[in-house]
Amino acid sequence: MNILLPTHIPKTTQMIRFNRFNQRAALCALLLYFSMISVADEMQDANKLFKQGQAAQALSKADAILANKPKDAQARFLKALILAEQGQSDEAVRLFTALTEDHPELPEPYNNLAVLYANQGQYEKAKIALEKALRTHPSYSTAHENLGDIYAKMASQAYDRALQLDRSKSSSTTRLALIKDMHSPVAKSNTGKIQIASVNNPPAAVASPTVSTPVATITIAATTTPAAVTSAAPTNDKPVTTAAANANDDVLKAVNDWAKAWSSRNAGKYLAMYAKDFKTPNNEARSSWEQQRRDRIGKPQPIVVSIANARVKMLDDSHASVSFIQSYRSGALSSTTRKTLVLSRSNGAWQIQSEQTGAK
Amino acid sequence: MINYTTLIFLGFLSFPAKAGELDSRAMEALLVKSLNSVGSNRLDTALSEVNALLKANPNFKLAQMLKGDLLMARAKPLSGFGNDPDAPSDRVNDLRDEARARLQRVQQQPVTAAPRFIWQLDPQQRYAIVVDTSKSTLYLYENVNGAPRYVENFYISVGKKGSDKNVEGDQKTPLGVYYVNAYLSKKQLTDFYGSGAYPINYPNEWDTRLGRNGHGIWLHGTPSDTYSRPPLSSNGCVVLSNDDLSHLGKSLQVGTTPVIITNRMEMSDDADKADQAALLKSIEQWRSDWSGRNTDSYLTHYASDFASGNFKLDTWSAQKRLVNSGKSWIKVGLSDVSIFPYPNQPNLVVVNFEQDYASNNLENRMKKRQYWIKRDNRWQIVYEGAAT
Repeated sequence: MNILLPTHIPKTTQMIRFNRFNQRAALCALLLYFSMISVADEMQDANKLFKQGQAAQALSKADAILANKPKDAQARFLKALILAEQGQSDEAVRLFTALTEDHPELPEPYNNLAVLYANQGQYEKAKIALEKALRTHPSYSTAHENLGDIYAKMASQAYDRALQLDRSKSSSTTRLALIKDMHSPVAKSNTGKIQIASVNNPPAAVASPTVSTPVATITIAATTTPAAVTSAAPTNDKPVTTAAANANDDVLKAVNDWAKAWSSRNAGKYLAMYAKDFKTPNNEARSSWEQQRRDRIGKPQPIVVSIANARVKMLDDSHASVSFIQSYRSGALSSTTRKTLVLSRSNGAWQIQSEQTGAK
Repeated sequence: MINYTTLIFLGFLSFPAKAGELDSRAMEALLVKSLNSVGSNRLDTALSEVNALLKANPNFKLAQMLKGDLLMARAKPLSGFGNDPDAPSDRVNDLRDEARARLQRVQQQPVTAAPRFIWQLDPQQRYAIVVDTSKSTLYLYENVNGAPRYVENFYISVGKKGSDKNVEGDQKTPLGVYYVNAYLSKKQLTDFYGSGAYPINYPNEWDTRLGRNGHGIWLHGTPSDTYSRPPLSSNGCVVLSNDDLSHLGKSLQVGTTPVIITNRMEMSDDADKADQAALLKSIEQWRSDWSGRNTDSYLTHYASDFASGNFKLDTWSAQKRLVNSGKSWIKVGLSDVSIFPYPNQPNLVVVNFEQDYASNNLENRMKKRQYWIKRDNRWQIVYEGAAT
């Protein structure tokens, strides 16, 4: 179901999960650049306590931080999260709302606000909050996916009205749930250097341009890839090297070519993008899988495939995984899917070894 | 099977932009516009159109369904109309049928020509109604010197099992020539009937003759939480939206307004006019034979299978001979004549008139109804009685 694949979760983020309609990943920890290490340490402890299920202690830690620094975004965020977890959604909504007002550039508070609204059945408000999150971060995949869920939920409401069904009662008793494998942003970084994955720094923080990730959007029309795309979510502290960046470019180009072949319904070219040892989705024979794909792609209806928010992770010199949000449109059908391709390089060409569709 | 991608598209439709004040025609036009937007893949446009519709009337279930689909399309690929996996398929089908019916209504220009079912209106009848069950449409005509002139039409729902009612509980809408014979206000009704109800006189004389039964066929509105009902959804009644029923109500006269229900609209033509002229001539001949106490001639106007109450042709003839022989003079005057060809019964017409009878020993004024049938190219009376 709609579970974020590990490769999609920037290491430095935490998420809460929304049981009822599989709403994904409100990011827990704000990825802020702290001006004071001591606050960072305090914050690290608070996050750790929260992660260990000691919400009350985590809350008092957060309150202690806020006593000194009432505007501390991460402490406010954690506090709001704990309150949400404890069922105090009104207070949590208030805190998250205040955060969105002070830091309109941060998508996470909007996202969590949306989750809370959705939990209260206020889908229109949830939708607006997510749209605001996306206005600041158009490629923020969690918000995209949550928005998809909100649309589905609103659709379901409309269906209920259309069909005079009353399913609202059965689905109104849900609550937020916390995903167990949260990563603490601070725990990983004893040097006090915090990696920033998908969140821009708040205005007060010192900017770290090499790692802050602007919107990464690739369309099939583009033949060259903005360099910024390749700097997304580095998985270690090493700076991105030029060589790595070049490899990233090649991988992205291959993915682009793949999407382009698909969009132009060029089955031959499309299939040529798959490596000989490609793992077919249902372990079917390569030939029958190819036939299926040919049938599907060869239909006369136009297909438009576009890719957004691509993140390349070099596994080694000749293997890479690319995660992205794939938008597919053909006729009246459209879908937005999270996808991960693992590519391998042989004879200088990147080919797809496995294709994994997550969620939706 | 309606499919968004296979919808036949209309040109541009105009409708009042004032949300919240959309009349039923504007609502329908906007709905169809939105369906067309879906068909041409302008989903955002479609959604804003649907939202405008729902702002005007949140109880428009078909619009809610469309909205559901449009929102769902943003979350996952759609397979067609009504994508809710938990939706009861009969209800989805109902709404799909409504979409289809409304599309057809908008695509086909309203039939403004004179229908075949109204040959002559009497001066008291300000309006006449023709219902076409196959088109989910009720047509309203105005009386202009006895001839019908098209005014407007409304979306309607009829019986779950369609038309041609025969027996009690068959969930069909009757076909025939009826009259509005009562009015029930909202206060006298449960919410189910909406803004009011106009019962009609099913079963009429012809239905009774054919042994048809059942009762309680009304024109009525919709429950307060429902803007419109699917095309085939009543137990035989003709259902309009509440706004439409209230609006139509202004034109209805209890005891007077004819409601002709057909399952196939037909237009008046030249053959009709010839038939009509021949019938008028026969009616006049019948009147003058009676007035002239020319009883043999008079009785030739009655069909061999004539029936009226307990009378058959032989008992009727005996009675008339007896009565007429006792008269030294008779005067019969006819006025306020109305004539309605019977739907789905070729060569049968319903004739109503005000009959002014006078004789040497009796005077009587009454509303009379006759059913005339054309056999062997000759118009004959198969039923005669007081119009109730």
